[in-house]
Amino acid sequence: MASETMTSSEYISHHLTNLTYGNHPELGWKIAETAKEISDMGFMAINVDSMLWSLILGSLFLWLFSRVARKATAGIPGGLQNFIEMVIEFIDDNVKSVFAHKNNLIAPLALTIFVWVFLMNTMDLIPVDWIPYLSSLLGVHYMKVVPTTDLNITLALALGVFALILFYSIKQKGITGFLAELSLQPLGKWALPFNLFLELVGLLAKPISLALRLFGNMYAGEMIFILIALMPFWSQWLLSVPWALFHILIIFLQAFIFMVLTVVYLAMAYDHH
Amino acid sequence: MNINMTIIGQLIAFIIFVMICMKYIWPVLIETLTERQQKIAEGLEASDLAKRDLEKAQQTANETIKSSKLQAADIIDQANKRANQIIDEAKVNAQTEGDRIKVMAQAEIEQETNRAKEALRGQVATLAVAGAEKILGASIDMAHHQKIVDKLATEL
Repeated sequence: MASETMTSSEYISHHLTNLTYGNHPELGWKIAETAKEISDMGFMAINVDSMLWSLILGSLFLWLFSRVARKATAGIPGGLQNFIEMVIEFIDDNVKSVFAHKNNLIAPLALTIFVWVFLMNTMDLIPVDWIPYLSSLLGVHYMKVVPTTDLNITLALALGVFALILFYSIKQKGITGFLAELSLQPLGKWALPFNLFLELVGLLAKPISLALRLFGNMYAGEMIFILIALMPFWSQWLLSVPWALFHILIIFLQAFIFMVLTVVYLAMAYDHH
Repeated sequence: MNINMTIIGQLIAFIIFVMICMKYIWPVLIETLTERQQKIAEGLEASDLAKRDLEKAQQTANETIKSSKLQAADIIDQANKRANQIIDEAKVNAQTEGDRIKVMAQAEIEQETNRAKEALRGQVATLAVAGAEKILGASIDMAHHQKIVDKLATEL
């Protein structure tokens, strides 16, 4: 536990509160000190911890891959290049098997999503108290280190993908073709309102399911780690070790699912049906 | 759990990261992979070619060896034949030479014999005449008895 004076529910809510900087209606721009202040701030606030870790991990991804790309050789690859190439080939195979058209954006997009989300998920494996404790030593009260447990982060990724779905749908089929697809099926033109409703729900479900699936999985996983951390310290390993091992699978799987579904949705945007 | 400006910040970061990845990372790495693939394909092709070349070379070598063996056998055969021929010729030559030498020797012997005979014959005549003179105690008119002496000499 972070501190002996906290109750369990305080401990949990402390761990689930973002470090938020925003415009409080009465107190002006400041770092929120309570959950109440955060909700008072509304939209004009930014989760500094999520943003910071997301940028750090995204930069780590770009730094690692560009370092290899700069020194890449077509000869015998070294250890790191070998590993990076394995990732690239993994993504390339998956994208090629789903997405048949020629497009320079989809594969790098899939790579970025996969590695970035994976790195953000991996933060979940760092023991829940380490970084919050260190930051509390530095005077920072809240520190939530897993960006994918913040709905803002996953929703932003999903909205980015959604924008691309709309863009490619309209680019491939034209605005009329896209509207026709939304309104003239599955029941023909006489049931147009019903079709439109059905297809719009289907369309909107794509980004929302993307965002919520990733968020839900990571949030639940994080929550379980926090609950395990409430147990007496000598018995925590009994649960935390198996859960961490299992979580390795989940963080990979969620990154992979997000990436594959992105590619699938974009492939559907390309195809006429 | 509040939706706030983080969503915009993350969206901007997302766009920037994807663009950087698309521009500087993905094409470079994919190009490297394609290049290596091509290299490997070329290598395999080259090794295939080399294998075929080796097979061909082995075949030619085998053929050469076979023909050389045949040729060698032929040459040995010819040499044996020639050797026999030379021996035969030598034998024949030796034979004829020997014969010739024998003939010559015989002729010489005959000649010598004849010469000896001639010499004897002359001396016999003289000796006979001397003997007869001694017996008769008188000289014999050589002209007179020449005929008799010659006759005697030829009878010898």
